[in-house]
Amino acid sequence: MDNSHFFVTGDPMIYGADVSIILVSLAIIIYLTYFKKWGWLWREWITTVDHKKIGIMYLLSSLLMLFRGGVDAVLMRIQLAVPNSHFLASEHYNEIFTTHGTIMILFMAMPFMFALFNMVVPLQIGARDVAYPFLNAVSFWLFFLGAMLLNISFVIGGSPNAGWLSYAPLSENDFSPGPGQNFWIWGIQISGIGSLMTGINFVVTILKMRTPTMRLRDMPLFSWSVLASSIAILGVFPIFTATLAMLTIDRLLGGHFFTMTGGGNPMMWVNLIWMWGHPEVYIVVLPAFGVFSEIVATFSKKRIFGYASMVFSMIAISIVSYYTWVHHFFTMGAGANVNIVFAICTMIIAIPTGVKVFNWLFTMYRGRIRITQPMLWFMAFVPCFLVGGATGVMLAAAPADYQYHNSYFLIAHFHQVLIGGVVFGYLAGMYYWFPKIFGIKLNERLGKWAFWTWQIGFYVCFMPQYALGFMGMTRRMYTYNSTMGWDMGWAPLNMISTVGAFLMGIGFIFQVWQILYSIKHGERDVTGDAWDGRTLEWSIPSPPPVYNFAILPVVKGRDAWWYQKQEMQKGSYQKEAVKYEPIHMPNNSGIPFLMAVCFFIAGFGFTFEWWWMGIAGLIGVFITLFARSFQYNTDHFISVEEIERTENALRNHGSIHRTAN
Amino acid sequence: MSNQEHTASIKAYVTGFILSIVLTVIPLVLVLNHMMGKAALTVSILLAAVLQFVVQLFFFMHIRDGEGPRYNVMALILGIIFVVTIVAGAIWIMSFNSQVQ
Repeated sequence: MDNSHFFVTGDPMIYGADVSIILVSLAIIIYLTYFKKWGWLWREWITTVDHKKIGIMYLLSSLLMLFRGGVDAVLMRIQLAVPNSHFLASEHYNEIFTTHGTIMILFMAMPFMFALFNMVVPLQIGARDVAYPFLNAVSFWLFFLGAMLLNISFVIGGSPNAGWLSYAPLSENDFSPGPGQNFWIWGIQISGIGSLMTGINFVVTILKMRTPTMRLRDMPLFSWSVLASSIAILGVFPIFTATLAMLTIDRLLGGHFFTMTGGGNPMMWVNLIWMWGHPEVYIVVLPAFGVFSEIVATFSKKRIFGYASMVFSMIAISIVSYYTWVHHFFTMGAGANVNIVFAICTMIIAIPTGVKVFNWLFTMYRGRIRITQPMLWFMAFVPCFLVGGATGVMLAAAPADYQYHNSYFLIAHFHQVLIGGVVFGYLAGMYYWFPKIFGIKLNERLGKWAFWTWQIGFYVCFMPQYALGFMGMTRRMYTYNSTMGWDMGWAPLNMISTVGAFLMGIGFIFQVWQILYSIKHGERDVTGDAWDGRTLEWSIPSPPPVYNFAILPVVKGRDAWWYQKQEMQKGSYQKEAVKYEPIHMPNNSGIPFLMAVCFFIAGFGFTFEWWWMGIAGLIGVFITLFARSFQYNTDHFISVEEIERTENALRNHGSIHRTAN
Repeated sequence: MSNQEHTASIKAYVTGFILSIVLTVIPLVLVLNHMMGKAALTVSILLAAVLQFVVQLFFFMHIRDGEGPRYNVMALILGIIFVVTIVAGAIWIMSFNSQVQ
């Protein structure tokens, strides 16, 4: 392999990035040293196994990655704004669309989703932590260092450029020599292992860690959506891991799974990667559905309409999503029989999704609706997802797909469901649960500015792309000539689309401003129940103490906290004498971080085919596993006195003691 | 934690290990010595694989453990559905390869 260009050279934007990376790193190091924060960083964050802190770290990283992916998007839109543009070199353009897709799905959507899992699920089911807190920390650090491994590729070694799913044979050694493609493989392989662990963790947490009185049929819908999504993770992430391992064997050891020669079958790559890739989009959208179910019920002051059908439709989506993957490659020509089966399955999946939308609308019907920030994002989601879903059904019609395939029509469709569904959903969730985790409400005024710039930007950006698709513009097109630009009318639509992308970027800046402003000046929530909520997370103080529930809550049915509040108002609520017991909690550990660092070293080594470094990293991984196996001091008890002290402090701090006991 | 309910013991692990090795060696010997025709060979290899899967479930994966809801069995059924989908689906979809060549 050609390693002569260890540092990427030649492009002034890359040099700019080099300089800014060095300056930011220096600033962070100086800050931490000057304020003597290294110990704090290590004790409070790097070694933490607390699900709330891990959730916060997931949230921060995903917002950071949203910025990186967003910059990629804006660069692409600038390149395409006018015909015959040479703003980016063609090679650089390929790299940017590759990293944009990879980062947005795997390093923005997935961690944002895990942030919500971690911040909400244990609180919602009355648990004190996830089932495997240590494993949870391992998951986070594997994700984080996997993401960093992919991200350094644009200054060291060169970015991958074979598209976000790196179709073989383009991603094989013959056509993609050099370390870029290896960065892609190892970055997402390492973080994918972390995702699989999180899936296991939350399935077990939801099945085993609920407060003893909570039956599955009383569980809040967000937790149900996490269960459905986690089961889908268990089903497909092993395929992902195995498929990446096969490509690794091809590239590193000279295998022929997906090569053009030696009996390889490149289409098998497409088949396998979409077996993971399609369920993956349902994995990320299901929790967004869960978020909306909580928000609509809370802000309509009604219990959710059709709880059972909501649960059933989520489970149906997570199962049927396994049987739709071929619709990504109808044009492969597997024959009418294959295509029709998968086309029908794809259309079927629209039914449970439609059921959910109707249930949300019926929940709002005759409800006492409050238009808050989370509710705004929900109301933006409905029409957006509806149009996205309808264009999806158009694409699902196999014969018609031969026309739309890989055109800008497709680009517009999947951005509409992924932004309109996933991003709007997660942002709604962030606005909804931010007061719970941080004890701060996000500023309303800045939030509305962000909301409207996002909304307008979205439609200005993506509606023209449907038209561009019909006009014949294909995805991943680097530039177009002036005949296409002016005579065929591509240029004006592309220009409009670029304006929309900038508007969304401004929306994001508003959100960053909003978060920073609110941390400093935002309204403090001292009640623990910022929105007059219905589920258990609102029954404890904000931010919750480290053990969440001083006493495990008693659940008498759905929307447990809502009915308890009603009983409290009527005065019929029997407050039992508070009797604390010592709480069993896990110890912090530095091993998850060190293990992930070893994985990073291994990944970096194999990326450059430096076997000594790769093997050294793997040995490091085994040493950390070994060390953990012989660690016996892994947990501790919080004493009754300490619980009393904490609870009294929370009460005196102004927050009314409203724990469900 | 109490381990009383676990069916595992050193003996069980060793038995499972030996059975797994035997079931791995059989197809290897069959292939290396060209002892069968193609169809018979494929069936034998698949049979050994399925048997080894069962051995691992019983001796290593504690499939018989636990009480209450049968999560083990449910997970197993789900896993089998996934595997059948992947293998049968991929074979079916990729059969176009022989048609176009």
